[in-house]
Amino acid sequence: MEQKKMSEKIREITGINPRKCMKCGKCSATCPAYEEMEYHPHQFVAMIERDAIEELMESKAIWNCLSCMACVERCPRGVEPGKLVEAARQLVTRQQGGNYLLPDDIPARLDGDLPQQALVSALRKFTR
Amino acid sequence: MQRIGVFVCWCGSNIAATVDVEKVAQVLAKEPGVVFSTDYQYMCSEAGQNLIIDAIKEHGLTGVVICSCSPRMHEATFRKTVQKAGLNPYMLEIANIREQCSWIHKDKEQATEKAVILGRAAIAKVHLNAPLTAGQSPVTKRALVIGGGIAGIQTALDIADAGFAVDIVEKKPTIGGKMTQIDKTFPTLDCAACILTPKMVDAAQNENIDIFAYAEVEKVQGFVGNFTVTIRKKARYVNPDLCTGCGLCTEKCPQKKAPNEFNLGLDNRRAIYIPFAQAVPKIATIDADYCTMLKTGKCGVCSKVCTAGAIDYKQQDELVTREYGAIVVATGFEPINVEPYGEFAYKQSPDVVTSLEFERLMNAAGPTGGTLLRPSDKTHPHTLVFVQCVGSRCDGDTRGKSYCSKICCMYTAKHAMLCREKYPDTEVYVFYIDVRTPGKNFDEFYRRAVEEYGVHYIKGMVGKVVPENGKLKVQASDLLENRQLHIDADMVVLAAAIEPDKSARPLATMLTASMDTNDFFTEAHPKLRPVESPTAGIFLSGACQGPKDIPETVAQASAAAAKVIGLLAKDHMTCNPCVARPDELMCNGCSACEKVCPYGAIHYEDKEFRGPNRTMLLRRVAQVNPAVCQGCGACTVACPSGAMDLLGFSNQQIMAEVDAICK
Repeated sequence: MEQKKMSEKIREITGINPRKCMKCGKCSATCPAYEEMEYHPHQFVAMIERDAIEELMESKAIWNCLSCMACVERCPRGVEPGKLVEAARQLVTRQQGGNYLLPDDIPARLDGDLPQQALVSALRKFTR
Repeated sequence: MQRIGVFVCWCGSNIAATVDVEKVAQVLAKEPGVVFSTDYQYMCSEAGQNLIIDAIKEHGLTGVVICSCSPRMHEATFRKTVQKAGLNPYMLEIANIREQCSWIHKDKEQATEKAVILGRAAIAKVHLNAPLTAGQSPVTKRALVIGGGIAGIQTALDIADAGFAVDIVEKKPTIGGKMTQIDKTFPTLDCAACILTPKMVDAAQNENIDIFAYAEVEKVQGFVGNFTVTIRKKARYVNPDLCTGCGLCTEKCPQKKAPNEFNLGLDNRRAIYIPFAQAVPKIATIDADYCTMLKTGKCGVCSKVCTAGAIDYKQQDELVTREYGAIVVATGFEPINVEPYGEFAYKQSPDVVTSLEFERLMNAAGPTGGTLLRPSDKTHPHTLVFVQCVGSRCDGDTRGKSYCSKICCMYTAKHAMLCREKYPDTEVYVFYIDVRTPGKNFDEFYRRAVEEYGVHYIKGMVGKVVPENGKLKVQASDLLENRQLHIDADMVVLAAAIEPDKSARPLATMLTASMDTNDFFTEAHPKLRPVESPTAGIFLSGACQGPKDIPETVAQASAAAAKVIGLLAKDHMTCNPCVARPDELMCNGCSACEKVCPYGAIHYEDKEFRGPNRTMLLRRVAQVNPAVCQGCGACTVACPSGAMDLLGFSNQQIMAEVDAICK
C-alpha cells in the first residue's frame, strides 16, 4: 500500500482529522512514556498529516505507547493522537497477517501485579 | 393596471459576467404591465438613479422593479430615488439577481433564466403593491446603560456629556466592574485604579447620570424610543441617604467569615461591607447570607455603632419603573471556571491560581497588600509557571471555548514582566501555543518581557501539575526543542478563557436581542454596524459583544454612546409601515397571534359588529400597535383563520410571486 493510502486508512479507522491539530503540544506534555519514544505524540499527528506512514510504522515509539489515552483525554482540539497510534499499530499487525495474542492464552500469562489496563492494551496491540 | 418600469443592473461585471442583462431586460419588457425596461452598468450611481427618475416621469410609471443586488444593500437607496420622482417608496420591488443568482451560478444560460424568473416574481408582486405611509412615534430622551464597568461608565459619561439623561444599572454594590480588580494595565503599565476611579467619581457627580448600584433589570417592555423598564433595587439593609461610608460598621461586625468577592475569595470580609475604598456609591451593604442579625435576629452590632442611624434590617427590595429611548448593554465578561481542567490541579492546590486571582495577589489593595506570596504558606515564590489558552481555542462544546479570549497573551506578558521587575530572583516560564499581540505597542511589550526581563517563553503546553511536598511538579512540552520539561514550580498561573457574564442570556431574552452560540451579543452587522444589536434601540458596549481589552472596550463604549446620542437627538422616530394588520371580520379571537408576537405588539379588544337582522354582535378581535410591530410576520403564519396579513408582504402578494416563479 502506498503511503498516502495508508494515511487515509488510518484517518478512516480512527475518524480523526489531523488537520484539526493546532500544534499546542498538550499531548506530548501529558505523555508518561515520552522519554521512551523517538517520536512523540504531537509528531505522530504531524506524520499522518504529511503521509509519512512508513516512518511511523517502523518506529519503536508506537509500541512504547502505553495506551493510557491521557493525550486523547486532554487534547483541546479533539485530535486524539493515542487513537492514531493505535491505528498505526493495527495496520502493522494486519500487514504481518496474524494474531500474536489469543484471548485463550491470557489466563496462563496472568500475573497478580499486572494492571488490567495492560491486558486490554496488549489485546489492542497484538491482535487483529 | 400598474404601469411598471424594469431596471436591470450590471453591477459592473458582478452580475453582467454571469447573467445576460440585456436579454433579461428584453424578456421582462414583454411581461404584462411593463411599459419600460432597460439595463445599466451601475444602477445605484447618480446617473443610474437619474435614469430611473427620468423613466418614471416620462412613462408615467406607477411601479418600479429593480433587478440588482440584495435589498439589504440598496433598497433604502432606491426607495429614496423613486420618492424623488414622486412615487410612493413602497411601490418599489427589488429582484436580487446578484447574491441569489450571479454570485452563486456559473452557467450563464441558466443564471439568465433564473434572473428572468426572479424579475417576473417581483413584477407580479408590484402589481399588488399599495402605497404605504410610515407613521411616527415620539422618543423618550433618556438612555439606560446595563452594567457599570468601564464600558458602561464610558458610554454613560459620553451620553451625559451630550446633554441627555442616562441611568446606569449595576448588579454589584459598586460600579467599576472588572477594571477595579486589575493592578496595572498593558502596554503602558499605568495603574488601573488611577485611571478608572476618576471616571467612577465623574459618573457619580454628573447631574445627568443616575446610578442604580446593587440593582438588576427585572422587565423590559416597549420598543425603540419608548422602552419601559422595571429595575429591582436589591435591599442593602442600609439607608443610602443616611450612610456616610465611614466604614465603622465594617470594622465592628463580628461576622468575619464571608468570602471577599472583590479578592475572588482569597481572603474574607465582614457580613457588612464596602467592596473597596474607592467604591461608588460608597455605601455599606449587608450580605444577607452571612449577617447573624438577619439570620437569627441576634446581633445588631452595626446598628449600634452607626452614628448616622443608616442600618435598616427591615429594608425590602424596591421596584422602580422608568421610561427610556435607548438601552445599552454593557454586561461584560467573567473568567471561566477552570476546575474541569483537572490536569492543572486548581482544586488540589491553592498555589494554582487564575490570572485574575494573580492580579489580586500583586495588587496593593489585595489580600497580601501587594507583596506576592503563595496562598498556601504565605512564602515568596521563586519559580512561576504561566499557562496560556486554558479553555480557549478548544474544539467543540465539551472541551472549552472555541474562540481566542484575546486579552490573555498581553496580560500574561504583563504579569511575567511585573513579576521579574519586582522580584528579580524569580524564574518565570510562560507556556504558549501562539503569542498573539496585535495592537499598538503590544508586540514591543511582549518582546520587552522576553528580551529585557528574561521571561522564558516556551512554545508548548503544560500537560499536568502535581502538588508534591509543597512544590508543584509541572510536566510540559517544549515543541521547538522537542523535549519534555519537568519544572518544580512554586506557583502556577492559569490564563482562563473569558465568557459573557451569566446575566447576559436572560437579559437578551428580555430585550429580544440576539446572541451567538457563546452567549456574546450579536451585532447588527459584523463590520458596518458593530455597536448596534439587530433589535432597534438596543446598543452594545464592551466585552458583552466579544472579548476585548480596555482600549477597545472604551472605543466601542464611546461608539455606542454616539449611536444613542444620534437616536435621542431625534424628536420622532419614523416607523416601519410594513406591519401586521388583522382583518377583523375574519379574526376568531383565538389569541394565537398574541402568543407568538415577540414584541408584545398585539392585544385583543371587544368590538361590536353588525349581525344578521339588525342585531349587534360583541366579538373579541386582535389589534396591532403599528409603532411596536416590527413586521416579522410570525402572527401571519400562526393565524389559523388567515385574518392576519403583513402590509407590503401580504399573503396575496407572496402567492403571486410563487405563481410567477412556477409559471
